[in-house]
Amino acid sequence: MARRGIVGLLALLVVVVLGAAPALACGGLVGPGGTVQLARTTTLASYHQGVEHYLTSFTYSGGGAKFGSIVPLPGVPTDVRKGGEWTLQRLIRETQPQLEAAAAPVAFAADARSKAEVLLTARVDALDITVLRGGGKAVGDWARERGFGLSVDAPAVLDFYAARSPIFMAASFDARTASARGQRLGDGTPIQLTIPTADAWVPLRILGLGHQPSDAIQADLYLLTDRRPALLPEPAAAGQPGVALERSQPASELLLADLRADKGMSWVPASGMWLSYLRIDTTAGRLFHDLAVDTSGRGSPSPVAAGLVDPTEPLRPLPAPTPPAGGPAPVWPWLAAALAGATIATVVALRARARAS
Amino acid sequence: MRPRPWHLAAVAALTLAGGLTLLHAAAGQATQTVVVTMHHSRFQPEVVRVAPGTTVRFLLRNTDPIDHEFILGDDAVQRRHEQGRQREHHGEVPGEVSVAAGGQAATTYTFPRGGPASLQFACHLPGHYAYGMRGVAVVSSG
Repeated sequence: MARRGIVGLLALLVVVVLGAAPALACGGLVGPGGTVQLARTTTLASYHQGVEHYLTSFTYSGGGAKFGSIVPLPGVPTDVRKGGEWTLQRLIRETQPQLEAAAAPVAFAADARSKAEVLLTARVDALDITVLRGGGKAVGDWARERGFGLSVDAPAVLDFYAARSPIFMAASFDARTASARGQRLGDGTPIQLTIPTADAWVPLRILGLGHQPSDAIQADLYLLTDRRPALLPEPAAAGQPGVALERSQPASELLLADLRADKGMSWVPASGMWLSYLRIDTTAGRLFHDLAVDTSGRGSPSPVAAGLVDPTEPLRPLPAPTPPAGGPAPVWPWLAAALAGATIATVVALRARARAS
Repeated sequence: MRPRPWHLAAVAALTLAGGLTLLHAAAGQATQTVVVTMHHSRFQPEVVRVAPGTTVRFLLRNTDPIDHEFILGDDAVQRRHEQGRQREHHGEVPGEVSVAAGGQAATTYTFPRGGPASLQFACHLPGHYAYGMRGVAVVSSG
């Protein structure tokens, strides 16, 4: 039965780009030297009647470079479009006295095909969106071949997500196009994805992509669900470091009405939704897991969905190395000595016999 | 003086023993192959044991979607590459080779007798060494 659960989403990740530095997505930006600029962005992951609605924003931060992000998704989107103009800001206003907010990631299931399959493409302002199906290496190859710069931890992180979901969204941002469109520094392009899914989780580990273990990771995550969700790992209390549950309350009808009024947000019900706000304030080294969300009422979020349990068998055995130098003990010296000894013994015996005769 | 049979036999035995010893010496110099896999930006195995005087052909297999390199040498070599700008190694230098994403490459290195007890191998592409992409070749006859 379909897990009623939740939400999911956010994520973000990133990878990116050669060339320079200047723009960033709602997750992270990895430059050619492996350096990362991470902006605190806001993402809404909502699950309503078996459909996930994921809303995040890619922010133009100037410069002339091209960059991209890869976001793991829990399923194949049926729709990708420009998101509403004020939903994210409205959520921030609902839960925080000041602004700024978060970002995060998502994903589900394994795919061993060697090449990534393009499932969907879309153009939203200066963003080229591509939804891919493939394993971690296939998606990594696809990204690399298109100029995305992959950080040193990308192979492990992409495999981590691909083991649960082979669906990824790649967003390529062309800063020159953004500039030509008149987008100003700090302007964001909200993207909304509609994803039918029976399972839900929010990728958090991906926020640390390209970061040193001690690097700070900050993000805000909103969940809008049909009922109060059970979360795994259990979040910390409000105000605590880590992944803290700052707000957990019924969504007010006023909030829902405001959200419904935004572009593309007509799916938001008039009432009966639960709003959760999680603030992520930790380090990349501690963010080795995701967030599983269960709104079924059973209160049993999946450890696999949380990224705490490997869904695959034990890692496939790697090619055994050829035995290193050294090898078995050589027999040539012993053979040579034995032959020489036997020959000499024979000679001595013959000589003795000759003398005797 | 006419050579006696045992003289001939002794000479034959010594010649045979000498020949076998030379064969042994030649066999000891044969190149051995060690396969090292690059996976998730790590070397597998991370420790390789090598006998002094051995010539080893390292066969590097990169299963990652990103490029890597294999640089074998002492601390000075590792420092030079970590701080240097050279990012392509085509195998001209023994023990140094670049390995493209998903590809494989090989490099051959002779561990001298009387050399250091261990050498490090590592990848010095940006951020890879700090990430932990390094291993050790232990040179020991034991």
